[in-house]
Amino acid sequence: MKVVVVGAGPAGTRCAVQVARRVPGAEVTLLGAELALPYDRVALSRLLAGEVEVGDLITHPILALEAAGIRFRAGVAVAALDRAAQVVETTKGERIGYDRLVLATGSAAVRLPLPGAELPGVLAYRDLGDVRAMLRLAAEGGHAVVIGGGLLGLEAATGLAARGMKVTVVHAMGWPMDRQLDPEAGALLTARLGRRGIRFVMPAATVALEGERHVQGVRVDDGRVLPASLVVMSVGIRPHVALARAAGLQVARGVVVDDAMRSSDPAIYAVGECTEHKGRLIGLVKPALEQAEVAAAALAGDAACWQPVPDQAALKVSGTAVWSAGEISAETAEAIILRDEDAEEYRRLFLRDGRLVGAVLYGDTADAGYYMRLIAEQHVVESRAELVLGSSFEAAA
Amino acid sequence: MSGVTRSTCPYCGVGCGVLVDARGGVTGDPAHPANQGRLCSKGTALGETLDQPGRLLHPEVDGKRASWDAALDAVAEGFRKALAEGGPDSTALYVSGQLLTEDYFAANKFAKAVLGTANIDSNSRLCMASAVAGHKRAFGEDLVPGIYEDLEQADLVVLVGSNLAWCHPVLFQRLVAAKAARPSMRVVVVDPRRTATCDVADLHLAVVPGEDVALFDALLLHLHAAGLTQPAPGLEAALAAAAGAAPRLPPADLARFLAWFATTPRVVTLFSMGANQSSAGTDKANAIINCHVATGRIGLPGAGPFSITGQPNAMGGREVGALSNMLAGHLDWATPGEHAALAEFWRAPKLATQPGLKAVELFQAAGAGRIGAMWVMATNPAVSLPDAAAVRAALKRIPMLVASDCTRESDTVDLARIRLPALGWGEKDGTVTNSERVISRQRGFRPWPGEARPDWWAISQVAQRLGWDFGWDGPAAIFREHAAVTTLARPAQRVFDLAGFTTLEDAGYAALAPTRWPVPAPGVQGGRLQPMARCVPTPPRAPAHATSAGFPLSLLTGRLRDQWHTMTRTGGVARLMAHVPEPLVSMHPDDAGALADGALARVESAWGSAVLRLKLDPAMPPGSVFAPMHWTDRFAPAARINPAVNPAVDPISGQPELKHTPVRVLPVPMAWHGFVLARRPLPTDLAEWSARLPLAHGTWRHELAGEEAPAVAFARLRAAVAEPDAAWVTLDDAAAGTHRAALLRDGRLLAVVVLGATPALPARDWLAGLFAEERIGLPARRALLAGRPADGPAPTPTICVCHGVSAGRIAAAIAGGACSLAQVGEATAAGTGCGSCRPEINALLALAAPRVAEPA
Repeated sequence: MKVVVVGAGPAGTRCAVQVARRVPGAEVTLLGAELALPYDRVALSRLLAGEVEVGDLITHPILALEAAGIRFRAGVAVAALDRAAQVVETTKGERIGYDRLVLATGSAAVRLPLPGAELPGVLAYRDLGDVRAMLRLAAEGGHAVVIGGGLLGLEAATGLAARGMKVTVVHAMGWPMDRQLDPEAGALLTARLGRRGIRFVMPAATVALEGERHVQGVRVDDGRVLPASLVVMSVGIRPHVALARAAGLQVARGVVVDDAMRSSDPAIYAVGECTEHKGRLIGLVKPALEQAEVAAAALAGDAACWQPVPDQAALKVSGTAVWSAGEISAETAEAIILRDEDAEEYRRLFLRDGRLVGAVLYGDTADAGYYMRLIAEQHVVESRAELVLGSSFEAAA
Repeated sequence: MSGVTRSTCPYCGVGCGVLVDARGGVTGDPAHPANQGRLCSKGTALGETLDQPGRLLHPEVDGKRASWDAALDAVAEGFRKALAEGGPDSTALYVSGQLLTEDYFAANKFAKAVLGTANIDSNSRLCMASAVAGHKRAFGEDLVPGIYEDLEQADLVVLVGSNLAWCHPVLFQRLVAAKAARPSMRVVVVDPRRTATCDVADLHLAVVPGEDVALFDALLLHLHAAGLTQPAPGLEAALAAAAGAAPRLPPADLARFLAWFATTPRVVTLFSMGANQSSAGTDKANAIINCHVATGRIGLPGAGPFSITGQPNAMGGREVGALSNMLAGHLDWATPGEHAALAEFWRAPKLATQPGLKAVELFQAAGAGRIGAMWVMATNPAVSLPDAAAVRAALKRIPMLVASDCTRESDTVDLARIRLPALGWGEKDGTVTNSERVISRQRGFRPWPGEARPDWWAISQVAQRLGWDFGWDGPAAIFREHAAVTTLARPAQRVFDLAGFTTLEDAGYAALAPTRWPVPAPGVQGGRLQPMARCVPTPPRAPAHATSAGFPLSLLTGRLRDQWHTMTRTGGVARLMAHVPEPLVSMHPDDAGALADGALARVESAWGSAVLRLKLDPAMPPGSVFAPMHWTDRFAPAARINPAVNPAVDPISGQPELKHTPVRVLPVPMAWHGFVLARRPLPTDLAEWSARLPLAHGTWRHELAGEEAPAVAFARLRAAVAEPDAAWVTLDDAAAGTHRAALLRDGRLLAVVVLGATPALPARDWLAGLFAEERIGLPARRALLAGRPADGPAPTPTICVCHGVSAGRIAAAIAGGACSLAQVGEATAAGTGCGSCRPEINALLALAAPRVAEPA
């Protein structure tokens, strides 16, 4: 059976490896648009921060892929699908036949349609190429502005600060990571990053990017212009669905898949950030890898079913770990809060009807798995005070 | 014995001899006849009470520091003014069984000779005035016929209204040892409560409060019917009065008691506050004494009635006559010639000519504005008297209130206009008399702190300003004068005679060994007494105020094992406070209704109320509740029980009825319950209800409850303990009303604040121990908020104070096979110190049925 996987990000690569392992006699071809071996996209922040080299990011060396029986082709972008013929067509006109196709095309960083958005020095933060460009500009020092104080934006900001730039984050909400953190954890994080020299302008919207031949500043809605020789836009992602849509697959915001990661064409699966499952997109590596496993199992003929667990988000910057999962809105839930000023630790649990539905951990995230399990189990909590103290207080009476 | 001082313990009326080493370490004196080397938990901890925080170190007048001269002038002026405006009976002294005999003598002479009033009464009025009155009616004089050895030599010991195990632990240990050596000996406890003392009892008679007279009347009838009585003055009248006495007791128990008493010639009936603190207290004493007089079982080895006092020198006070119905040295107004003899001896033409006001009457007079000047010494009437709210109002109404005390921190000292610093134990010098008439020396071994001076000195200084020269150069001179007073108006029947001490020189006084009176000549000392005795009719009568539908329960007040009086001394010692760390009111579960164990409960009478934590206790008799009388404004303002206690008194002794007040017990709903541990005491007005106590390591525990929203209280309590450069660890569960916080600086624990919606809160003991840690690491921080180590069990309360052994460790030892007191002692050291906790260890052993506990 010929299996072609389009996209050599974490989900695609994982799926290719699992199919090669689980489907006897499968001929697996993995197509990567970037001219690079499969690498750890999550670790880009560490590359930016100078903690690792490019080589350290490689997750699947070519020999390992060959040993796994995978034909990996870097720098091969797919232009179209011919579903009737079960063939993919590359941008270079090559046609590659398949019995089963897996789409793992991932997502693209959103670029705000602002005046000046096309100026040199305005980058996304998405792939190895982006990071290389950022590193080139950072080497000259000066000011950087990161637009968007989400998880990726903060990683970019801390990385650039570590590279010696004066970094300002422009964020639309009152605190960073607003979808993962409550205001108090957000404030702690703001203060923490502030001590590392990262300035926050929030809540604020970017109005325009200024400069002649190269970006020079960011104008925000209070009229200020923030100097910047580098601007990183980190305002979200959008699934890559052009290929699927052109091929007539069912597409909403992402490629619509069932519990087994099958698209509207039974011969075509989709995994990772390009997918939409029961109306929801994913944006994190962990569910993407789970989907890859499920698709591989389905391809192997096993009954497989992806059951999404509540979203969890983890950030580790400047020696501070942040983690959150589940519902973290105080609107409808009761909060139990633990604070340790000296240790700069904070956690807030959200309960509804006596059950844990969400958690934010700041500083010490060792109990993330514990709370994740409790959120999934939905048992009524017996000792609320000890719940927030963590798993080490779980057993004893 | 160089560097070792022989002295006498300042706590209860047992009067144990102690040895104090150069470092202030205290051990029992093997040579003292009272204790023969033993000590109880309080005595053992004496060394820890020497450096008292909150000492009054200099005189104060109107809240400002004053010189002794100025303060003494002000006192003299206050008395002079009161004398001029209201006459002698508008002046008064209210003194204490804590005073040494010499100070007591000086106070009595000052009142009766200098001021010319008998308005000097003592807190002994609360303690054993009924026994005194009973003795006087039966013997014509205040005499305790027996000696402690009688308790060991008796074949039957009847303990009436005496929780000997807690209140007189060393005598209890002697009794227990004697019973262990001679198992045929029997012990009967007559007490509404099943107290720790019942641990040793062969029979517990849970007498209905107030029915002691009926019980002993029934006994007298039984003894007479059995032909065991012999002719005695008053017997027929006593039998007539007793007719029909029917105590409500299980018939079999009553019959057994009557039979045991009838068939046991060697019987001691020991009675204490449970009998005395009654509107029929004097009759209770006489009903007991009647049974001994009528059977001739008195003044013989192992036989006699035995009153035991609560205070270290109540007996000394009785001897010098420092009660309003006594003159001095057992001299009496009623005996012709005695008043004149004393007036001549003292050259006191104005010597008080009639008895004065007894304690409760005295404060009622003050409340009515009839007292212009009062001097309170070494006692805390604002807390200890019944109807205490009225007493506080009375104290405030006295134009010149003087307080002589060691401590600045007493509810009464707070109210005084003039405050005089007194010496405490280990500083002052003099004598005390214990319950078996043994006069012992209390010796000073510490320098006088600040400007503190002996009470006798302050008294003689004021007397001098009023024109009297007492002419004393020290306590020995006073003691000689006291001895001389006992020789006046003789020949006489009076047994109390210290003639042998009238020539005692200073050196002899300094070296005086424990001596039992009478001492008719140098080198002679007394033994058992067989006074001329009569029976007194004691018709049974109900307590002054009956329970009713509105106030259905009977309130008993009393002591705790490790506390003393109003806690001014013991309240500062962590390991003594550990025994019962909170004010508790005990109640039988059947009476609880909707009240829950551990909740706050209001004990309410027609006179006032107090709020304490409810302890449901099957050892309580249904229909009664028990509350300790120790708690004060200093420690637990809302838990002072005496505002709820009725002011009825015995018509003869004037002793208040502290053991029977009709009350109801009501739930006290609170929005939050909590506690604060801090490195300093916080004000007691932190919450609507608060109780504080010292812990080890200089830490203070505050138990709190209040009515505001928990989050509001939490913020307020955190602010109260906040410190600069310190950081919080906090836990908030607003929906559940749970808030917890710990304050640290550089890892050192400064404070813990815990609040909850219910009284169910984490255990305090383990948290308190963390205040000793130099540095608390990050992982342990959260344990602070849990109140327990991450995987450890919740700590349990301390049982053995001497060795710091918890209930949990004892239970573990029992679970591990220890099935006797001795084996628990081997395994944990519990019970091997002073022994005061042995009844509680036995209780734990008894819980582990079917094993059988041995006697303590």
